[in-house]
Order: sequence, then structure tokens, then C-alpha cells
Amino acid sequence: MSLLEVHDLRVHFQTDDGIVKAVDGVSFSVDRGQTLGIVGESGSGKSVANLTILGLTRSPITSISGRILFEGRDLLDASPDEMQHIRGEEIAMIFQDPLTSLHPFHKIGKQLTEAILVHKDVSTEEASARAIELLRLVGIPDAEGRLKAYPHEFSGGMRQRVMIAMALVNDPKILIADEPTTALDVTIQAQILRLIQRLQDQLGMAVILITHDLGVVADIAEYINVMYAGRIVEAGTLDQIFYDPQHPYTWGLLGSIARPDRPRAQRLSQIQGQPPSLLAPPQGCHFRPRCPYEFNKCPEIPELEARSGDPQHRDRCWLSPERKRTLRVVEGEQIGLEVPAA
Amino acid sequence: MTDALPRAATDGLRANGEGGLLEIRDLVKHFPIKSGVIIDREIGRVRAVDGVSLAVKEGETLGLVGESGSGKSTLCRTVLQLTPPTSGSVRFEGQELVGRSAQSMRPLRREMQMIFQDPYASLNPRQRVGQIIGTPLRIHGLASGEGLKRQVNELLERVGLGPEHYNRFPHEFSGGQRQRIGIARALALRPKLIIADEPVSALDVSIQAQIINLLEDLQREFKLTYVFVAHDLGVIRHVSDRIAVMYLGKIVEVGPAEEVYANPIHPYTLSLLSALPIPDPRANAEREQIVLEGDIPSPANPPAACRFHTRCPYATEICSEEEPALLDYGHGHWAACHHPLHREHPEAVSEALPGLSREPA
Repeated sequence: MSLLEVHDLRVHFQTDDGIVKAVDGVSFSVDRGQTLGIVGESGSGKSVANLTILGLTRSPITSISGRILFEGRDLLDASPDEMQHIRGEEIAMIFQDPLTSLHPFHKIGKQLTEAILVHKDVSTEEASARAIELLRLVGIPDAEGRLKAYPHEFSGGMRQRVMIAMALVNDPKILIADEPTTALDVTIQAQILRLIQRLQDQLGMAVILITHDLGVVADIAEYINVMYAGRIVEAGTLDQIFYDPQHPYTWGLLGSIARPDRPRAQRLSQIQGQPPSLLAPPQGCHFRPRCPYEFNKCPEIPELEARSGDPQHRDRCWLSPERKRTLRVVEGEQIGLEVPAA
Repeated sequence: MTDALPRAATDGLRANGEGGLLEIRDLVKHFPIKSGVIIDREIGRVRAVDGVSLAVKEGETLGLVGESGSGKSTLCRTVLQLTPPTSGSVRFEGQELVGRSAQSMRPLRREMQMIFQDPYASLNPRQRVGQIIGTPLRIHGLASGEGLKRQVNELLERVGLGPEHYNRFPHEFSGGQRQRIGIARALALRPKLIIADEPVSALDVSIQAQIINLLEDLQREFKLTYVFVAHDLGVIRHVSDRIAVMYLGKIVEVGPAEEVYANPIHPYTLSLLSALPIPDPRANAEREQIVLEGDIPSPANPPAACRFHTRCPYATEICSEEEPALLDYGHGHWAACHHPLHREHPEAVSEALPGLSREPA
């Protein structure tokens, strides 16, 4: 049994305009100590799926179905109090923007010790000793002195370190990092990614890294889910996704990146059109309207299945594996869709 | 710096038939930090742009890279006189822009346009698309009535939208489509120079590629010159002929794009390149990464001498004592560093602007 198993998760929001199918049948699992990368663009449902794991999308307008098994127990059945315990102690989350995730009026030390005191029966002194230990762990210089600082006195990278320290307060088994480096500069991004990797080695937790940047997952993930319009369209190991991708959307994503380490392409391979509205997604395969290889089977929903032979490598595309190998365009060593004419 | 020298350098160029469309010399923009209730006292200065010299050739794309706080956006705005520079000179086709009145600047604005990063904030939410794109044409008295509408529709079509979008409001569009509207607006006056400040940073990857391809097509069709600002080094290399790297208000390296990527001279450029995660796990594992320690210092209080010395793995004593000059390493490749990577210091100091130096004999 995996640490976390998500089965056929659906999260639908009732809005004035209709039902938004933000997550529409998502299944995946995470093992202890594993790093799972979830890649997708805006509106792909990657954040909503993970917020739902933490019970943060519950509201009168949301309908959630499926199962989220954490150590065998279904989190969708857990009461709000039980979820409060799960959040922070078992599963912790860090967000893209560390400035809005920290309270601007309270000192860092207070915010950290509060997080400790809520979950653990310890004295204030013990809590603040633990806070100092955590700040040291995430590489904040002069940890003791910095307890008295306010969030605005930290740089973006340092704030993200504080957020990570706060997430680690109770040694969670899973750390969900939602675009943790998107707001940061590249040199700082490299520092934070290194830090997450080091902490994972040290503490043995599982990490779910949500990002739009294939470069970031290439650096640290072992398994990758590619999401598009509320569904996982392809799932596999790092090597499978980067060197033998099966879904045309994955090809398009890989192809539209301007790679600094490869000879310069004349034109970037691009995905035509826009992602679909989640109010009325296309019938069958959601990528169909943008896919250059659409055929008569596509209006039927392709399930996420192993189609290329390896049970670990699953995708939602009706094309045969042989067809896929001939259709995907390889420019140099870069896989992509057809390059449009000027 | 005297006036005589720059003029000599640029005149020589024009005689060669090589046009420097835009020539920036010693451009400085400091923002005062003020304090006090009734009488403002200046208590410090943010040195956003601190002595930048750069030339942009006609028809080329100059990529400007740097992290937040490096002064790239301020440089763009100062060049276009959207914010007046503290000192220095900006010449467009040989005409000085600094110190011009708003009125005498207006005809030149037709030649220079800007595309902004945030397609949500840079379009007036209460105006219809037709109005947004038509306004520059109307203000400059270039078209009116039916002619205006026809021109706007042509522009819409050229950027991949259609006449059905003419009467819509910006909120009805996605980020990528909004950026197309911004591009159509910049294109309306048929400018020679477009400064694009992070035009794709706010967009999804698949949409980024669409916009980059569009900008490249337009460049070919309208013979545009671009200054392209981005923090994504992959995007910058793809679009640029030459690249300038900024750090805390200074240019630390300029050169032909391929050259800067293959053989960077400045350690900062190398660390930027190596920090960039490549979407290729095997290549990632093979290459050696330099992870820079620490944060970018504040431009209000930049380190003395070489501004990078506090984070530089190669820094020695001289780096904190003497500011390195931007030197010509040949083939249009310039850098400001006491410890250039894999190279000797050049002997003679060239006086031409980076990018306009003639090939060594």
C-alpha cells in the first residue's frame, strides 16, 4: 500500500455560469520518500487536486467524489477536526507566494512557535528552541536573531525558507510544494530546490512538487504526472516522460521550451489555440481541439492506462504506440509537435 | 564624459554604413529615498540604473537579462523617457532624447513602442479592443473613421485575432490573447523600435511559444528592432542576436548570443546559466552547477567596487577595492570583471560602445 493513494478524484465547483470541472477523474499514488512532480499549465487542476487532499476545497458549492487514502484511511470521510490534525502533522503544504502566506504583523518567531504549540504539548521555551533548530535546518543565518524579525524584513528566498521551516514543524510525512520557486529568481530558485532535496534526504518525507516548469521537475522528481484540463494525461518515470513521451500534449510542452543548451531552433514548436473552458470541456479527450493528430476515436474518453508496454507508464491517448513514435517530431534531441510555418 | 567622444564614435559608424539605431551612454537613473514630514530630506538613493552604455543596431534583437532589482525595467522606461533619467544620453537615429519636452518627444514616440509584461494591467479594462488599438493612430492623426477601423482590423488579423474581437473588452480574453492586443497596439504606429519588457513571463509555456513565434514573424515582416527583456535565459537566447546581462544597475557582460552562452566571461553570467534548470534530466545530472550563496543586495546600498563580489566564487581583494571597467574582449564580446573566465584581460581599452566596436584588425 502506498502512503497516499488518490482514486478517481473529482472536484466540481457550482458557479453562476455552470459547473466547473476543475478536477475530473484523477488517480495517482505517492510512496514514502518519493518525489512526485505534477506538471501542468494554469487551469489544469494541479493545485485544486492537492488542496482537496488537504481538505481545503470543502465548501457548499463544491462537490467532491472519489477516494483519497492516506495510510489506508479515506481523507474525504475525515471530520474538519481530524483534517486539522492531518494538515501540518501528516501532510504539510507550501505555496508560491511566501509573502501572502505569512502574517505580516507577527514576528517570524511567534508564527513558528504558534505552529508548534497548536500541534504539540510543549512549553514556550521548548517551542522556541525548536523554532531556532528549524530555521537553522533550512539555512537561515543568525536563526536566533531572526526570530524577532517580521516577514517584510526577509527577502523572497528567505521567506520561502521560513515557509518550509513552518511546514516541517511536525515532521510531516508528505510535503506538498505548490510552485515553490515560481516567484523567485533563478539563482534563488536553485537554492530552494537544493534545500528541498537535502531536507528530503535528511528527513525521508515524500514530496509532491507542483509546477508549470518542466525544468524544475527534471531536476528533482522521480515520477511525473502531466495534467491537462482537469485530468492526468500522462504519468511515468522521469526518463519515460522526457525521453519517451506518449501524449501529444506532453510533446507540445516539451517542444515549446526554448532550450539554452541546444542549438537554437529556427522556430519554436507551439501548441495551437487555447486550453478549453472547464465549464464546457470538449467531449472525450480534452486535448482534442488543439491536437494535430485528432481522429475519429477521440470523442470517446481515453482512460489513463498503460499503453506503451510498461505498467508504470500510463497515458490518455488513443493513438497506437507505433503511431506515436512516428508522429512525434524530434528536432535535434528535442521532442515536440509539428513546427508551424512562418 | 565629454560630448566630443561619443559623437566621434557614432559619426564614424554612420560613415561605415552601420547604423546604431539606439545609442545609450552613461545612462543613470537614481530614485531618491525621502524622509521627513514637512521638509523632505533625501536620505539615500536607489541606484536602479547606474551608468549603462549600450548600442542597439537596426534590425537586431538585443536581449536584456537580469534578476529582479537589476534595473532592466527601469532601463527600458528611462530609454523611452517614460521616466526622466538622472544623467546620461540616449540617442535614437542620432537624435538626443534626454531633456526633450513632451511635445518635441511626441513625433519620436511613433518610432519607439513598448510591450508590457502584465497583459492584465496594461490594457484599459473600460475600453473596447478596437479603441485600445486605434487610440495611438487617432492621437497621432494617422487615421480616422472607416480608415481607422480598417487599419485596426488589419492589425488584429496580423496578430492572430479577428474582426469579431473589435468590440470586445479585455476581460473577455485569455492572457495570451491580451498580449496579442498589446502587440497590435505597439505595432499600430509602425515603429522602428519595440521594447518588450518581459512580454511572455506571465504566460503559460505553450502560449509563450505562440507569442515568441509571432514576435519573430513581425520582426521579419516589419523590419523591427527589438529590445527584449526577460529573466528566462532559454527564451532570451532563442530570440536574441546579442545579449546584455545586468546586475544591480550595471551591465556586466554584452556579446553575441551564442558567444555569451557558450563562453561566458563574467562569473555572474555563468552562474545564471548554470542555475537554470534544463528540461532534460540526463543533461542536468551531467552538468556542474554553481549555486550562488546569498541574496541579491539592495540597489539602495550596492556593494562597493564590483557589485557582484559579495556572491562571486572567484572574488579576491581587488574586487572589493576597484570597480572593473566594461572591456572589449573582441568580436563584440564585452565584460566587466577582474577575473574573466578562461581569458586574459584585454590590453587596449576600446572607446566604442559595446555592440558597435569594429572587429579587431
